[in-house]
Amino acid sequence: MTGPAVLLETVDLGMRFGGVEAVSDVNFRLTEGELRCLIGPNGAGKSTFFKLLTGQLLPTRGKVLYRGRDISGIETHEVARLGIGIKTQVPSVFDGLSVRENLWIAASRGRPTRRANEMVDEILSRIALAGSAQRTVGQLAHGQRQWLELGIVLAGEPELILLDEPAAGMTHEEVVRTAELIREINRTRSLIVVEHDMQFIRMIASKVTVLDRGRVLVEDSMENILRHPTVRDVYLGKRVAA
Amino acid sequence: MNARSRNGALNGGALNGGTWNGRAWNIAGLVTVGVVGLAAMIGLPLVLELSSLLDVTVYLILAILALSLALVWGYGGTLCFGQSAFFGLGAYAYAIAMFNIGESTIPFLLAIVLPAAFAALLGYFMFYGRISDVYLGVITLTVTLILFNAVNSTAGPEYQIGEARLGGFNGIPSIPPLNWPGMPDSALDLNDLFYVSIVLLMAVYFGLRWLLVSRFGRVIVAIRENEQRAGFLGYDARLYKLATFTLGGALAGLAGCLFANWGAFVSPTIFGLGQSAQIIIWVIVGGRGTLIGPVVGCIAIQWLTAFLGSAQLTKASLAQVVGPTVADALSSVMGFADLSNTSLILGAVLLAFVLLVPRGVMPSLLDLARFLVRRRPADALADKAERAT
Repeated sequence: MTGPAVLLETVDLGMRFGGVEAVSDVNFRLTEGELRCLIGPNGAGKSTFFKLLTGQLLPTRGKVLYRGRDISGIETHEVARLGIGIKTQVPSVFDGLSVRENLWIAASRGRPTRRANEMVDEILSRIALAGSAQRTVGQLAHGQRQWLELGIVLAGEPELILLDEPAAGMTHEEVVRTAELIREINRTRSLIVVEHDMQFIRMIASKVTVLDRGRVLVEDSMENILRHPTVRDVYLGKRVAA
Repeated sequence: MNARSRNGALNGGALNGGTWNGRAWNIAGLVTVGVVGLAAMIGLPLVLELSSLLDVTVYLILAILALSLALVWGYGGTLCFGQSAFFGLGAYAYAIAMFNIGESTIPFLLAIVLPAAFAALLGYFMFYGRISDVYLGVITLTVTLILFNAVNSTAGPEYQIGEARLGGFNGIPSIPPLNWPGMPDSALDLNDLFYVSIVLLMAVYFGLRWLLVSRFGRVIVAIRENEQRAGFLGYDARLYKLATFTLGGALAGLAGCLFANWGAFVSPTIFGLGQSAQIIIWVIVGGRGTLIGPVVGCIAIQWLTAFLGSAQLTKASLAQVVGPTVADALSSVMGFADLSNTSLILGAVLLAFVLLVPRGVMPSLLDLARFLVRRRPADALADKAERAT
């Protein structure tokens, strides 16, 4: 094979809920070091696809391969142990614990305590929460919680990071900072970002996969996607009334 | 913010010990418990008569049981409605083994291992079968009631395990006492049982404190806070919950063994609804998410139960405790006969706590203490500085 190795691949992936085919025949490929954005209108199957990738759902057809190994439907904690970090749409953090404790829990798996503590300090400054280390996470602002969750994911040192709407509910400055953070992360890790916000995707400028009605509509660079007529129709506001 | 996350905030601050303040509070708490425990151990036998010492002993034994649920529910987040199942199994395992073996080392160990194994088996099916929290409560409650009915119907002479007759609803009387390990002739007397109980209670308390600052303890609290996130980080929540549940079963079994020793008697009521509910009440009143809370809650409620049961509660005796005005009011509201109704008063106490102090006594008291300390000007300044950073 030429070029960088395939990290994550789906083969004819399909998910059916009763009579609804939420995801069908998706053949998706992510190479090592890539930053891929996944967009699509509401109901396009983004969330289902995301859950299939993370083992939260067992596909009704096809499979998900990570480094060539079938990981469809394996336990959540096993997904993590393979080196896949996940950030969910609604920040999934330990609300009752302090910021530091949140990161420590993430950093301490498979690491001696001293190394975990160093890791926590490093990430605290990276996500600009060093001043709030002792605060209870439940008291943080929404944007800070989003960053904290990013930090939690980073603390596990995954090879592949899956982000579900990382910029949701953020102010413009926060979005800019998040985009910077994602580009910085991409220097060493592969990422898949599910996003609504086209502005944000433009900031992180990468290859984009457009999902529509459970299928891959098109896969191209951001500039080409914006010019693509069908994408404009289904997604970018000029929706044709069905 | 809900009570649970505030509760968690308390733990989070205490557990990671990051600020000097948090660490100081932790050490102060440990020292206080250690000093009070030692003082009780040395002082109580000097000042109390043997019968009162015996009353205290059972409080200590039940406090170990309270700690088992404090771990499983308060920290692990698993509301086990049938903690009494493991308590009862421990008591019965000890009794039956004791009649057959005669020397207490193996019966003592069996009383811990058997309930732990049963908890592990039950927990395996519950946690790996992905039973949700509500059903978990229902299942554990059902299990203890099944045990109650099963043991209750073993009255006939055919229900015999070796030398031990199960005795059905009559229970097993005259259970031989513990002896010092390997010395069947030196049985523990009632004084010894007090010392053994208080030492074991302290060992369990400090052992759990240690466990909860260890990585394992921090992870089970994290799983309580957000199981999905813990899974995303690579922690197998089922395994951690199972381990916690099993440890809780072992501690309840230990308490059961001591309890069988204390009265030299065990009957099926140990598995009953009243017993199961009581353990939960201790934890609610004392405070979830703390260890000392359930211990205090257990001792206070047991003392209150005994007090209400023994003191023929008259208006005059009530007036001595709560003052004549309150006694008048109470007797006119409740009618006089009801004043001696222990269950009614305990029920009122529980209701009052759930409504007025939902987090329990200890978390509220600790917060009050923190508040009072922080009010000192120097600390208030430090507090401001901390917030500004």
